Amino acid sequence: MMEEAIATYREEASELLAELETSLLDLEETPDDNDLINRVFRAMHTIKGSGAMFGFDEIASFTHEVETVFDMVRNGKMTVTKRLLDLTLKSRDHISYLLSCPLGEAVDRSDGDEIIAGLRQLVPQIELPQKGSTEVPAINLPAVSEDELANESTWRIRFRPASNILMCGTSPISLINELRGLGTAHVVAQFDEIPPLDEIVGENCYIYWDIILTTTRGQDAIKDVFIFVEDDCEIKIELIDKSGLIDKEEGYKKLGDILVERGDLSPVEMQKVLMLQKRFGELLVEQGIVSPEKVQSALIEQQHVKSVRKERSEAPQQEAAASIRVPAERLDQLINLVGEMVTVQAHLSQVSMAGGDATFIAISEEVERLTNELRDTALNIRMLPIGSTFSKFKRLVRDLSSELGKEIEMETFGAETELDKTVIEKLNDPLVHIIRNSIDHGIEMPEARKAAGKTSHGTVYLGAEHSGDSVLVTIRDDGAGLDRDRIRAKAVERGLISATAEVSDREIYAQIFAPGFSTAEKVTSVSGRGVGMDVVKRGIDGLRGSIGVDSTRGSGTTITLKIPLTLAIIDSLLVKIGKDHFVLPLASVEECIELTREDVNNSHGRNLANVRGAIIPYIPLRQHFLMADQRPEIEQIVIADIHGTKVGFVVDHVVGEHQTVIKSLGKMYRDVKGVSGATILGDGTVALILDMGVLLHSIEKLEHAAV
Amino acid sequence: MSVTGITETVQYLTFKLSDEVFALDVAKVREILEITSITKVPQTPDFMRGVINLRGSVVPVIDMRLKFGMSATEQTVNTCIIVVEINMDGDTTVLGALADSVQEVVEMEPESIEAAPHIGTKLNTDFIKGMGKVDSRFVMILDIDRVFSSDELSDLGQ
Repeated sequence: MMEEAIATYREEASELLAELETSLLDLEETPDDNDLINRVFRAMHTIKGSGAMFGFDEIASFTHEVETVFDMVRNGKMTVTKRLLDLTLKSRDHISYLLSCPLGEAVDRSDGDEIIAGLRQLVPQIELPQKGSTEVPAINLPAVSEDELANESTWRIRFRPASNILMCGTSPISLINELRGLGTAHVVAQFDEIPPLDEIVGENCYIYWDIILTTTRGQDAIKDVFIFVEDDCEIKIELIDKSGLIDKEEGYKKLGDILVERGDLSPVEMQKVLMLQKRFGELLVEQGIVSPEKVQSALIEQQHVKSVRKERSEAPQQEAAASIRVPAERLDQLINLVGEMVTVQAHLSQVSMAGGDATFIAISEEVERLTNELRDTALNIRMLPIGSTFSKFKRLVRDLSSELGKEIEMETFGAETELDKTVIEKLNDPLVHIIRNSIDHGIEMPEARKAAGKTSHGTVYLGAEHSGDSVLVTIRDDGAGLDRDRIRAKAVERGLISATAEVSDREIYAQIFAPGFSTAEKVTSVSGRGVGMDVVKRGIDGLRGSIGVDSTRGSGTTITLKIPLTLAIIDSLLVKIGKDHFVLPLASVEECIELTREDVNNSHGRNLANVRGAIIPYIPLRQHFLMADQRPEIEQIVIADIHGTKVGFVVDHVVGEHQTVIKSLGKMYRDVKGVSGATILGDGTVALILDMGVLLHSIEKLEHAAV
Repeated sequence: MSVTGITETVQYLTFKLSDEVFALDVAKVREILEITSITKVPQTPDFMRGVINLRGSVVPVIDMRLKFGMSATEQTVNTCIIVVEINMDGDTTVLGALADSVQEVVEMEPESIEAAPHIGTKLNTDFIKGMGKVDSRFVMILDIDRVFSSDELSDLGQ
């Protein structure tokens, strides 16, 4: 049980750390944004609070120090400086390190001590509380992240300790402080039971408390606080407000209603007092029916609930975010099952069409519709906004640019673009390499930039947008651009292109992705070994994506990654050559036309088709795959758009649209060019998925070699 | 026997390629299938026969006869696919091996197994763990991980 809780804490803490990092980086741009400061504070507070609960004492005590500093920022006693952000970012890394350490083992504290020392220097004029102090700040901030607002509720707790509680060794104050740790709390002490002075026994506790607590933690968490004293003390816990309920009433209950509800005032008394039209609270006190403290306490409840509701209505976008945490494996399992279902459904429609029974066909079509919906929904579950990775890159840019002495900003757009979770994970490495390259090779030193008439700080843009079945991820810098001639010279030197060949800029730029290719004269710690871009190429190939490079000398480079939305299931076109089936991804297919024997004879051996006046080259797949049997009288050309070039692929027969569940061909076939995977057809046979881009490329190479 | 590296009594699955009997450690064998339709992957060497659908996963099939320099396997009633789990670069990979027929499962003592002779087997001796004897016939025990090591496959995959 405990291990599970610890694992959950680790997971939550890493999410909070990511949030912390984003907020800190945003804070750098707008240092006086109070919302951001509060967000930073809250993230740290939660990390600290839950850390202490699960025994991560190192994290709790370290975070406490950092949090104390941010508390001052929050209270306006300190301003946000670059140095403070540097240190706080370092603390984030340190917390992340502490989090990765196994519980109970010794940890390396040197980094942490250094950070704390640095932080303390920033606030010499104000005395920091000693390390390890657990004093709770006077005003407690809600220790909840905003998405948790949705399930928070407000409780009224009356805690009337047994008079001998102090002698039992329990301090009511620590219990109350523990309650405060759960959320936003207002505490009112009630003194009306204190006896006259001569009756007081010094060791006894005569005070009791009313606590109004807003928390996400539920009643059990509150009860747990009192677990050791519940037998001796009177504890009343009541739910008074819940965010799940629709806030119908404008304000909260009237003061009198609260007192009546609490049993401090009878309805009759309330009516009597109401007759006298004075301020209700004052009246009650004047009449001596209710003590001033009780009125005070009820007033506080009123205000507390009001403010909580106000906060909630100010954050309406977060309100609906009711979500559940599901392990990724379970989702994968679901996707696998949906994949199998899609295969079975394909079989079903095949059989129903062959049978010709109208009812059967109707049922099969209904199943097909449902399967499609199920597939889309299942795949959607795994979609995540790509923005979650963007903040990581902001950090990378920030750290690298200061290391290299360059002034670089990062701008992002399209952070809300959604992509399959696994795709996002696999995008990470390629993006790191591209961005590193932009920073190291692309953007010049501030002086060089000024000399070239540009602003001294460079900018790296990172963005994502949808484009049909794919997502375009763009990385653009306003640096020096690629040196076409140097890349060409290097490529010729390495024998990648021939010295005399006419090659387009695009092809030359593509050379930078060759393994070991680097034009850098010196290898820096950041890049220059020529490994990075090869990693990018492999990574993107692995995602069935493609890379485009565009560059203008002197004004920057743009790298565009085209990534399919998902890796699991695609829409495709099923075709037949001989008795074998092949699958072409539908996203790039434009149209299908016929190719008769007559056309072939008329073209004098050239593989060119005339499509409404346009000349389109085609690839006879049968010959390319060295398949033996005779070509049929009438073949079909599937015309596809590959990176802006129209190319035809000749097949025997186009079967139709097909939902393709992508299966890997495994390690044995990893070197096969032009086949990106396999799928299982309705009848149980395997069809290969063709990668048209790679096919085209390998044929281009073959033809160039032949010329 | 230290020569062969085999120290325990293990069960072996014996199968025939042409007239020769080979053996495989049973622990490596996952199942035996009747031959089904195999989809050829274009531009791969002949011994890589293609891929099959094994209950929803795509599994490559290797023609063992071609791999060992014999003529291609011809399909008969006895032809089958032995599905093995091999260790390829540290990962477990499942693949199918075409065999003319599967014989039986036998137990062989380490003492009855000898190191393969360097000549005379007509095979790359790297592939052979040792020579065992079943019913006075020699049986070649294959080192299946080696046969299908990634070097072996990608060499020919070029």
